[in-house]
Amino acid sequence: MDELRELYQQVILDHNKNPKNYGKPEAHSHDSEGYNPLCGDRIHVYAEIEDEIIKSVRFEGSGCAISKASASVMTTMLIGKTVAEAKSIFDGFQEMITADVNSSPNYDKMGKLAVFSGVREFPTRVKCASLAWHTALAAIDKSDDVVSTE
Amino acid sequence: MKDIAALEKNVPAAALTYDIDSVYNDFPILHKPIRDKELIFLDNAASTQKPQIVIDTINRYYQEENANIHRGVYYLSEVATRKYEEARETVRKFLNAASEKEIIFTSGTTDSINLVANAFGREFFKPGDEILITTMEHHSNIVPWQMICEDTGAKLRVAPINDQGELLIDEFEEMINSRTKLISVVYVSNSLGTVNPVEKIISLARSQNVPVLLDAAQAVAHTPIDVQKLDCDFLAFSSHKIFGPTGVGVLYGKEKHLEKMRPFKGGGDMILQVTFEKTTYNALPHKFEAGTPNMAGVIGLASAIDYVTSVGLEKIHAYEKMVLDYGTELLADIDELRIIGTAAEKSGAISFIIDNVHPHDIGTWVDRDGIAIRAGHHCTQPVMDRLCIPATSRASIALYNRKSDFDALASSLKTIIEVFR
Ligand SMILES: Cc1ncc(COP(=O)(O)O)c(C=O)c1O
Repeated sequence: MDELRELYQQVILDHNKNPKNYGKPEAHSHDSEGYNPLCGDRIHVYAEIEDEIIKSVRFEGSGCAISKASASVMTTMLIGKTVAEAKSIFDGFQEMITADVNSSPNYDKMGKLAVFSGVREFPTRVKCASLAWHTALAAIDKSDDVVSTE
Repeated sequence: MKDIAALEKNVPAAALTYDIDSVYNDFPILHKPIRDKELIFLDNAASTQKPQIVIDTINRYYQEENANIHRGVYYLSEVATRKYEEARETVRKFLNAASEKEIIFTSGTTDSINLVANAFGREFFKPGDEILITTMEHHSNIVPWQMICEDTGAKLRVAPINDQGELLIDEFEEMINSRTKLISVVYVSNSLGTVNPVEKIISLARSQNVPVLLDAAQAVAHTPIDVQKLDCDFLAFSSHKIFGPTGVGVLYGKEKHLEKMRPFKGGGDMILQVTFEKTTYNALPHKFEAGTPNMAGVIGLASAIDYVTSVGLEKIHAYEKMVLDYGTELLADIDELRIIGTAAEKSGAISFIIDNVHPHDIGTWVDRDGIAIRAGHHCTQPVMDRLCIPATSRASIALYNRKSDFDALASSLKTIIEVFR
């Protein structure tokens, strides 16, 4: 059961219970919806981007603890970053959660994201951890003219 | 479903049980530990495990009997053809169909329903015609009809269910009218375990002369089926859900319908004569079996049916009800857990949700205890929407499951509830 405890670390359980930046914002410049047809998880990510800088990110949706915690931690990581920085953080994250089970990578550089290192033991859950990120990147990549008027 | 109480009146109690240990031992995969834990397989609604005899039959086919059927004049082709056609007779007997012409081998339930949708629906539906299904259908009994409706202008109508997951039969009855050209309903719901009142549904349909297709994917391994007694027009099921190999399924259809239907796929085996001017189709059932079929699969399915028949579906039905009732009670006892689908008549599956723990997390957690259950919408998204839940966890049983499987599940669930508290 050790890998299980590593997957469901307290930090993840806490973010799952009390996610940060949860709920639709009053205004946003970018947004995208992500959907995992396999398990029915849905997420909507909203971002406010000005001059290539991510001013705010929020999300809402339903999903498992891994996907919710990942979305929550992601929002805290992305605020204040440039779009380019966001993409490079995601690349590192993706590499970590898909790393070979037998390798022993150094996660020090991953900061808060290191809590998700246990995901690599659970190939079926990689998509749960990356759903929010894919959705956020899709939102960021959208041109400014898809601003929601709501 | 059979009335077990009535059955018990005629049959001594002992006759309604079988040797569970011996059945359990027939399935080699159940004896392979998963991460050093005993495998507890509770995802039978998705697919069932295979008894040794089915595995041996398929092996023997490839080692001793393989050749293309209906073609060669040589020994092996004759053997393979005979085995293939004997398998059809096995299925006919199993369903008590009137004729072997009414048994079509397909690649599965999905394929069987698509066959009817295309060869019956596309052929006969007109704009304004209606197809009636229920809220609890599997996607495979929704999407083919939507596609046919798009092409023909027919309309898909969906009969509602109540919060317990039972079909509202009065509403259902009211939705049958002179425009209704087909009723297609699931016999047993894979996501809720609801057993639909198929006899009643068929008698309502009869009074308006509407043909009925039964999706029996979740019924065949759990309850005896007699298509003549039911008087259904079509019935579909998959081999892999009744201990047979994947890639094979059956469509039963009344001869009078099948005769009128145009083949859905063209190719070898389904023709009598081909010229570039005109092709004449082969007789039933071959006109619906284009191309080289899944011979090993069909022969494997027959062996699975022989296996089930040797245990006895009435006994399986009675035994599984006892296990399901036990599991239901045990899970219902967990405060944080809510069972989804509490129909009066249930079979095979228990769907549930747990406060604050997503089904996916539950699935991963119990897996580490060697327990295989399913998490998700189970290919029945509309019924999840109707019950306002994104997904459930589902434990589904087969003839080899034991009461103790639910003891293990309940105890694993209690630990995850603690951790997520
Ligand atoms: C009720 C029901 N109908 C249809 C299907 C589709 O069966 P298959 O995927 O074998 O074609 C399933 C399988 O999940 C089912 O449970």
